[in-house]
Amino acid sequence: MTQTRAEVPLTITGGRKRSVAGLSMSGLLTRLALYLFLSFVCLVLLFPNIWMISTSLKDSPQIFAYPPELIPAPFLWSNYLVAIQKFPFFLYLRNTLIVTGLATFGTVLSASLVAFGFARRRFPEREVLFAVLLSTMMLPSIVTLIPTFVLFTRLGWVNTFLPLTVPAFFGGGAFYIFLLRQFYLTLPYDYDEAAYIDGASSLRVWWEIILPFSKAPLAVITVFTVLSNWNDFMGPLIYMNKPHMRTLALGLQFFRDQRYTQWNYLMAASTLTLIPVLILFFAAQRYFMEGILLTGLSGR
Amino acid sequence: MALQTKHRPGPLARKEAWEGRLYILPWLAGFLIFTIGPMAASIYFSFTKYSVLSGADWLGLDNYTKLFGADRLFGLTLYNTFYFVILSVPLNLFAAFLVALLLSVQVRGINLYRTLYYLPVITPAVASALTWGMLFSGDFGLVNAVLQALGLPTFNWLFNPKITKLVFVIMGLWGIGGSAIIFLAGLQNVPRVLYEAAGIDGANLWHRFRHITVPMMTPLIFFNLVLGIIGTFQVFTGAYIITAGGPANSTLFYVLYLYNNAFRFFKMGYASALAWVLFVIILVFTVIQLRMARLWVFYEAER
Repeated sequence: MTQTRAEVPLTITGGRKRSVAGLSMSGLLTRLALYLFLSFVCLVLLFPNIWMISTSLKDSPQIFAYPPELIPAPFLWSNYLVAIQKFPFFLYLRNTLIVTGLATFGTVLSASLVAFGFARRRFPEREVLFAVLLSTMMLPSIVTLIPTFVLFTRLGWVNTFLPLTVPAFFGGGAFYIFLLRQFYLTLPYDYDEAAYIDGASSLRVWWEIILPFSKAPLAVITVFTVLSNWNDFMGPLIYMNKPHMRTLALGLQFFRDQRYTQWNYLMAASTLTLIPVLILFFAAQRYFMEGILLTGLSGR
Repeated sequence: MALQTKHRPGPLARKEAWEGRLYILPWLAGFLIFTIGPMAASIYFSFTKYSVLSGADWLGLDNYTKLFGADRLFGLTLYNTFYFVILSVPLNLFAAFLVALLLSVQVRGINLYRTLYYLPVITPAVASALTWGMLFSGDFGLVNAVLQALGLPTFNWLFNPKITKLVFVIMGLWGIGGSAIIFLAGLQNVPRVLYEAAGIDGANLWHRFRHITVPMMTPLIFFNLVLGIIGTFQVFTGAYIITAGGPANSTLFYVLYLYNNAFRFFKMGYASALAWVLFVIILVFTVIQLRMARLWVFYEAER
């Protein structure tokens, strides 16, 4: 139960790894077939993204060419310059960064505090409340949508960043609390105990013991939260009516509403929206995969 | 977890309890403000005529009688949504499981594949919806070009009410990376000893898969199934962007219809009634699944 990170057999290195010298001819062929199949599925899954990028570099006649062509000729990198001038890209980027940054901060901070309470502090109502928390995971968000909208309208929060960020500070969602709590339970209580004997406060235990051990699950939550906020469509659609408050995901939609759709600029803008999360995802990739293997996602 | 509360003196335990309550307070407050409160309000709204600007006029059961009696679109959106859920959920679950099995092989570079397979999930739904709209376009779309090159019939995918829902089912398959990664995590955690023991007993690959992998994975299959159904019933963005519910309302899914009522026609009361009906439907599905889970989901603790 006191699994530390090093003990978990992580992906490639763990398990039965045959030495290269010991490979038979048929083993080599199996492996080759496996790579071919992996790459084929990969290509199929990535195809919409590839097509998106390819379109973003084409000129207008080539977009409507039939049969369609994959390789842009010529490569029009200038489409990207045009795209960011066709809609207020930097304003939308700023709005998206504010929403995503605040919501992610709120989620990670409050989810880890709440999870700490559920995993490391004992109180009589704990089990009941945790069961309630779990049951809210099964609650379709659509039921609360309208009254929440009414509430935020009454508070005068429409067309501010508040509706999209403030709720994140209230635990950040049952799923994330659940994930972190499952992980905290795997950490040995001896560390906490020792700190308490030394007179540390529980807040300090959370900050100096629990958090440093939780980098991987925190990375998972951060990536999930950034993605869901960056890509959120319905939230901004409902709360951001004024053009200057739009996020990138919402802005893309209005990009299309011109006299006719200029697909290459639209796809350039879509690619630009994807790039920041792509960079984050690749940067956090190792932690992310590791964290998913460690957290409650493993089904325990 | 040896917390030793039994031997702890009273005041310390009481302090710990108050700290615990304090730590979970943000969630508890959020639960009351953003879940319980709105749910109660939404029941109330569903019995009224309400448009944010004006006050709420009590209607009694009128919204519900209209819903089940006079509103022909209601039945249609339910049909559309069930059609989508019934096709999409099992298909996605099955595909995600296969992909997870594929990604669980231990070869060099597999982590790169795992990352790449996840990329469609991180693509903004708006961007991928727009791309799919282009790929399925009747006159310059790639899908038709490929079908034509293969000598197969082409379709006016987005304008033929008979097949538009299928387009969304196909599109949905590109999001399997999310469930696949959860399955993958589970596959990684199946204790190797089990396979080794079975190997000694002479079980072949299929037997090991059928009698070890699948039972050990049932909690995650259940998890993905429950959340998959809840999420799929609320399909929205793709239909809003690509078809706006058309043609002939063939892609008017439930939540899109609800959105239109609430935020285009400002019929907040009516939309709240719609929300509650969907909630009850999803609840029934979830409860049935929880009941059925006892029959097929294997939990380790039961050993």
